[in-house]
Amino acid sequence: MQPAILLAADPATATLDSGNTAWILASAALVLLMTPGLAFFYGGMVRAKNVLNMLMMNFICLAVVGVLWAFYGFSWSFGATRWGGLIGSSANFYGLGNPDVLDSLWGFGPIYKIGSTLPAGIATAGAGVPVLVFAMFQLMFAMITPALISGAIADRVKFWGWTLFVGIWVTVVYFPIANWVFGTGWILNKIRAEDFAGGTAVHINAGAAALALVFVLGKRVGWRRDPMKPHNVPFVLLGASLLWFGWFGFNAGSEGGADAIAGLAFTNTTIATCAATLGWLLVEQFRDGKPTTVGAASGAVAGLVAITPACAFVSPLGGMAIGFIAGILCALAVGLKYRFGFDDALDVVGVHLVGGLTGTILIGFFGFDHGALAGGVESKRGLFYGGGLKLLEVQVVAALSVLAYSFVITFIIGTALKKLGVFRVSEEVEITGLDESEHAESAYSFSTVLSGGLSHLTGSTSEPSESKSSELSGKGV
Amino acid sequence: MKLVTAIIKPFKLEEVKIALENLGIQGLTVSEVSGFGRQRGHTEVYRGAEYTVDLVPKVKIEVLVGTVDVTKVVDAVTEAARTGKIGDGKVWVTDVDAVVRVRTGERDEDAL
Repeated sequence: MQPAILLAADPATATLDSGNTAWILASAALVLLMTPGLAFFYGGMVRAKNVLNMLMMNFICLAVVGVLWAFYGFSWSFGATRWGGLIGSSANFYGLGNPDVLDSLWGFGPIYKIGSTLPAGIATAGAGVPVLVFAMFQLMFAMITPALISGAIADRVKFWGWTLFVGIWVTVVYFPIANWVFGTGWILNKIRAEDFAGGTAVHINAGAAALALVFVLGKRVGWRRDPMKPHNVPFVLLGASLLWFGWFGFNAGSEGGADAIAGLAFTNTTIATCAATLGWLLVEQFRDGKPTTVGAASGAVAGLVAITPACAFVSPLGGMAIGFIAGILCALAVGLKYRFGFDDALDVVGVHLVGGLTGTILIGFFGFDHGALAGGVESKRGLFYGGGLKLLEVQVVAALSVLAYSFVITFIIGTALKKLGVFRVSEEVEITGLDESEHAESAYSFSTVLSGGLSHLTGSTSEPSESKSSELSGKGV
Repeated sequence: MKLVTAIIKPFKLEEVKIALENLGIQGLTVSEVSGFGRQRGHTEVYRGAEYTVDLVPKVKIEVLVGTVDVTKVVDAVTEAARTGKIGDGKVWVTDVDAVVRVRTGERDEDAL
């Protein structure tokens, strides 16, 4: 989200732009679908006894973050700046139901300048998108970011403990960082680092938090001894495909309107992902001897992660290079957990932290003059386009700041929850599987004979025997 | 009475079944099983991590036969299941003390 908030010169002249509004509405829906997509991407990679818990860890993020966003999340992320760019807050945004919010338009113009304050009402004009439309679009980012973390600590977390963690984490980690990167905060407005759609706020943030939680929670029972291979590889590819589809809303929607820059972001989102898929598969071919389906899905996600911050700031060939590099680096990085002995179950660190850092920092090299296209936006060039080291420096500062803040705060939250005994499940629960222990469900019921009978029926007086026997009669021996 | 048990490659099931039907066999039981022999298993790689899958899927066929038919049945199964490559499986024969047909209560040879 580079162009952030335009202060209205004259709110009376602001008019709704139906084209931009339609695209942001559609983009918001696309980004929403990414979280269930992620759930399947992750769900396919865990063992069959834990797949429902994995899906639920992702799905609950939609529920919790949506509620918090309406209360105060949007205000803290996108309200007027407080404490020198560390957090936002705007009374009009609390609850999202204020008539000011309903009637007002969100602006996407030149970068919001630090030192200015929002007007008494709400920033208006710009590209003519209603505030609530913008708020819903940004909500989807807040939902998927904690969901990304879940893959690292798969198979070992209490469901309500995780839910509590998500609520606390978005409050003290995501909302402030979103303000720094997308809103009125210091990364966007003070040091002017470039992060178009959330390479720092979403991916480095989630990756660093994942690393912290992996240290807090420790390894799964039997890690490196018992086989923990993906139980449903088709789910993994299906999930990755849904992510890619939704990511067009994530990246091209971050332009805030339907224009040429949105087209550039869309293009890079495609090309970089293609190149990253090839990069990952080539590593596998040379290292392991075979290109795998899980590798193709992972490579695509690595490319999507890496191009996220860069998608509107690089040329399509630059995007291709970033994607290819990210595909190779992430394919190599997922092996680090075995070398250093940390159980990042589904490689959130290897894909999201490494991919996010790759994309954010490579802007410093491949950054390209998009100002001419956008018209009026301060143009920045990376090292390869004659811009020197200045852009690279701010990119590194932004990336490392988010990494450090997220890691430290997450470590503290995680440690506190673990000490309270609400975070990690017992060894017995882990061995039984979280689907049965945490949710009293099982994902797959292949055998009618061995799946057990009804011990208790509520709300019905009918005997189950008739339907059961007819079910069995078709089975044969 | 004998129980002929055969562990074969799953894709050979149809051929073995036809061969047994041609001998006039009235019934058989098939199960999906896993195991290893000299063929051992294979290796799978997920994100660079290698998993050795040393239990390979096989099909187990069980046929109850009268003592006089055993050799023919064993030969038929062996012929039909053979590919000549490692992992074709095994056939063995065990004695059976008693057999009862559940529906009628017939016993032993009558129940086959």
